[in-house]
Amino acid sequence: MSGPKRRRKRNYGTIYTLPLVVWFTLFFLVPLLIIVLFSFLAADIDGGVLPRFSIAAFTGLAKPRILKLFVNTIWVSLASTAITILMALPCAYFMARSKNKTMLLILVIIPFWTNFIIRIFAWKSILEANGVINSVLMGIGLVASPLQLEHNWAAVILINVYTYLTYAILPLFSTIEKFDFTLLEAAQDLGATKMQAITKVLLPNVRSGIVTAVFFTFIPLLGSFVVQQLIGTKDMYMLGNEINDNIYKYFDWPTAYALAVALMMLANVGLVFVMMSERKQARTLGARRVDEAAA
Amino acid sequence: MKGATIGISGITKSFGDFQALKGVSLDIRKGEFFSLLGPSGCGKTTLLRIIGGFEEPSSGRVEIDGEDILPLPPNMRHANTVFQNYALFPHLTVYENVAFPLRLKSIKRKSLDELVMYYLRLVELDGHAAKRPSMLSGGQKQRVAIARALINEPSVLLLDEPLSALDAKLRHHMLMELDQIHDKVGITFVYVTHDQSEALSVSDRIAVMDRGNVLQVGTPREIYESPSTTFVAQFIGETNIIDGTIESSGGRWFVVDAGGMGRVKVTDPRGYRVGDRVTLTVRPEKLRITPLGMAATEDSNSFVGTVDESVYSGFLSKYYVRLESGAVMRVFRQHGDQGEGEGLGWDDRVCVSWNPRDTFIVEGARG
Repeated sequence: MSGPKRRRKRNYGTIYTLPLVVWFTLFFLVPLLIIVLFSFLAADIDGGVLPRFSIAAFTGLAKPRILKLFVNTIWVSLASTAITILMALPCAYFMARSKNKTMLLILVIIPFWTNFIIRIFAWKSILEANGVINSVLMGIGLVASPLQLEHNWAAVILINVYTYLTYAILPLFSTIEKFDFTLLEAAQDLGATKMQAITKVLLPNVRSGIVTAVFFTFIPLLGSFVVQQLIGTKDMYMLGNEINDNIYKYFDWPTAYALAVALMMLANVGLVFVMMSERKQARTLGARRVDEAAA
Repeated sequence: MKGATIGISGITKSFGDFQALKGVSLDIRKGEFFSLLGPSGCGKTTLLRIIGGFEEPSSGRVEIDGEDILPLPPNMRHANTVFQNYALFPHLTVYENVAFPLRLKSIKRKSLDELVMYYLRLVELDGHAAKRPSMLSGGQKQRVAIARALINEPSVLLLDEPLSALDAKLRHHMLMELDQIHDKVGITFVYVTHDQSEALSVSDRIAVMDRGNVLQVGTPREIYESPSTTFVAQFIGETNIIDGTIESSGGRWFVVDAGGMGRVKVTDPRGYRVGDRVTLTVRPEKLRITPLGMAATEDSNSFVGTVDESVYSGFLSKYYVRLESGAVMRVFRQHGDQGEGEGLGWDDRVCVSWNPRDTFIVEGARG
């Protein structure tokens, strides 16, 4: 009696997720396949691809210049992500414990309402030679000539951190908000210092939020190019810049696509790493359960 | 170090305009099972949190074994807490939860394991060591919390309504276990509860609190049999309250004129004199209910009334008897008492009587 009923119920799930499946197939999977496909075709002279198989785009990546872009991409993304998470954690913690959560949340989200490029130009007007900081420093006589505050790694990382701070704060906030803060009291009661309570009890319990925040920050950073272009120098270019240049400057689409494929692989390495560690955790837990059942 | 004395003197605590504690002083003895009992908002939990180090008092002093502990952070105090919601670490197994305090110190692996297993056995959870807290029942979680709080060998265990999340039957069982654990470890227990029957059944002594004040400190018997205020009398079990004025003294008792109700005899005047206004209390189970016409002895307080309502509740029956003055007296009669009062029902005319010894003056004003 309940058999067919239950089966019909299970079918609803498929129906509900159908729009999403269609959407992702059309607008995510298909473009992705096109990117992979085009990366194995020969370049046309004025952009576009010729219908001829070629691995030239990939072999062409084995150049010291491209290798340097890979190195730049990885270390800048890692450094920016690390600083972003370290800044977002205390921020999200205090937001979650505050009485004015909604207010603080709005304050964090407000910069989103401004265009990203405009925000970078705002930073430029703060950092540039006749910008806000230099004007103040020279006005009070602390420095004689303007300091070079832009066009360096620090400026690029600073603005990366600024850009992705919100993306990191939001998932951290939503997990920390659900955290039971009496656990911190319990940890301290049992002998932990405040710092130990945070590292041994809070952080492990908001792990999922940290993982999400890392992904929200690290993966978009891997493909970023605007900040380096506007605030950095050519030496600080990353893979995203090279892709951009191959499309718009060199009209070499297969190389752009090959770089995109390489970038995706890079992002996936991180993803697989995290997933493997999660699975390992689940496995040890499962093993313990089996042990216990045997005992 | 087994058990410690706790000296609390002049503790006040304000949250904004709200005064949670208004100058509380208590002396808790070494190894005692001491309960802080009162309705919600009476300040009992705040007081416990002050001892634990989670709240700072506005003024006052707290000593453990004579040492002022207020400047110490919670992790430096020889007091551990069993939290109301257990506060088990969800990311750790039962074993690791109990081992948590030891992992913070440098303790050899072998002795750590021995200690953890000893305390898990103490709370009968050695078979569940590998489980996560989310896989445990409420009672099991409770026991993990107790084992974890005991493993540091504190001299004081603070328990914040530890049984409130359990169902009635399990609560009673856990209470007995707590009592046994207390006997085994022999340290001082400070137990916060709003449940008077919990407090009465396990405590060595009880402090009854209301609105930031301690109203009475005493053994369960003292608190129940001779409550010091009307509040205590009414909070600890059900009772009858009678207002009146002391009319005469002499012979074996004092006589209180209770207005329209008549005259009530009292043996212990508690320092009040003729002319003073007093409030009396007498417990419902001390009252006898008999059909009208059975002669009451001259020694007893006895009044005529009508049964307003009778409630059968298992091992006893409760009668609400309206006296001729309009006052309603509660009478509890345990079943199995020589059939006295058997078959009494609504609207029956009855006689309610009790021994003057069971009447206490709880409050009074010099007249």
